[in-house]
Amino acid sequence: MVHWTPEEKHHITSLWAKVNVGECGGEALARLLIVYPWTQRFFSSFGNLSSPTAIVGNPKVRAHGKKVLTSFGEAVKNLDNIKATYAKLSELHCSKLHVDPENFRLLGDVLVIVLASHFGREFTPACQAAWQKLVGVVAHALAHEYH
Amino acid sequence: MLTTDEKQLIQHAWEKVLGHQEDFGAEALERMFLSFPPTKTYFPHFDLHHDSEQIRHHGKKVVTALGNAVRHMDNLSEALSELSNLHAYNLRVDPVNFKLLGHCFQVVLAVHLADEFTPQVQVAYDKFLEAVSTVLAEKYR
Repeated sequence: MVHWTPEEKHHITSLWAKVNVGECGGEALARLLIVYPWTQRFFSSFGNLSSPTAIVGNPKVRAHGKKVLTSFGEAVKNLDNIKATYAKLSELHCSKLHVDPENFRLLGDVLVIVLASHFGREFTPACQAAWQKLVGVVAHALAHEYH
Repeated sequence: MLTTDEKQLIQHAWEKVLGHQEDFGAEALERMFLSFPPTKTYFPHFDLHHDSEQIRHHGKKVVTALGNAVRHMDNLSEALSELSNLHAYNLRVDPVNFKLLGHCFQVVLAVHLADEFTPQVQVAYDKFLEAVSTVLAEKYR
């Protein structure tokens, strides 16, 4: 079980309360597909991903980004039980979606950058550290059931 | 490698860094030390408290070197040759750490440039910092 200090929990939950999940989720997924274009391999059914403008404006990208970040909220609500929270999703990403767990780490780092650009100075070094720990724990949990 | 557009994006964004090398460098290092504690193992001789003189001085050094790289994107190997030697024979920093500092530097850019740190600017900087890292490690073996 991951140990969170009260400060870490505070940084995570207080920032999360201000996050617009639709906006940030869509932006995070769009940035993933733009900055690491090979991640587009999982989204051949999403239509036009031919340019950064196309990706940012793509409604399927925005919808899926929102879905992914909404799921991330489950981790925030269950900080003391993240592994169990993601057990089923882990199995899904392994057996059905065939996603290399490296992609979870890439998306985690992209999310940190999105938060930094939205929250500016409020996203302090200590706040970033708590969030880096969280995205790392989520990535680990999503990879945990791989076989 | 870097396209002409990407080089332009990098140079344009760098104008926002000028005048803030010490601040941005210190902040990137502090973010790295807090988020990735093992990176502190390279600085046992430093005072790593917030805003320490050593962190500010070192941060300025790092960002100034990056600025030099920005001005010589077409011949990074040559421009960073001394630093390559230093990292290969003296510092011997494991290259995974270049990725961590690169990420934290991008976080600093995102914090201070906000909307202007667009996905296109991000991909340009990610590629640029990766290229710098490769040059720094190129004489390792």
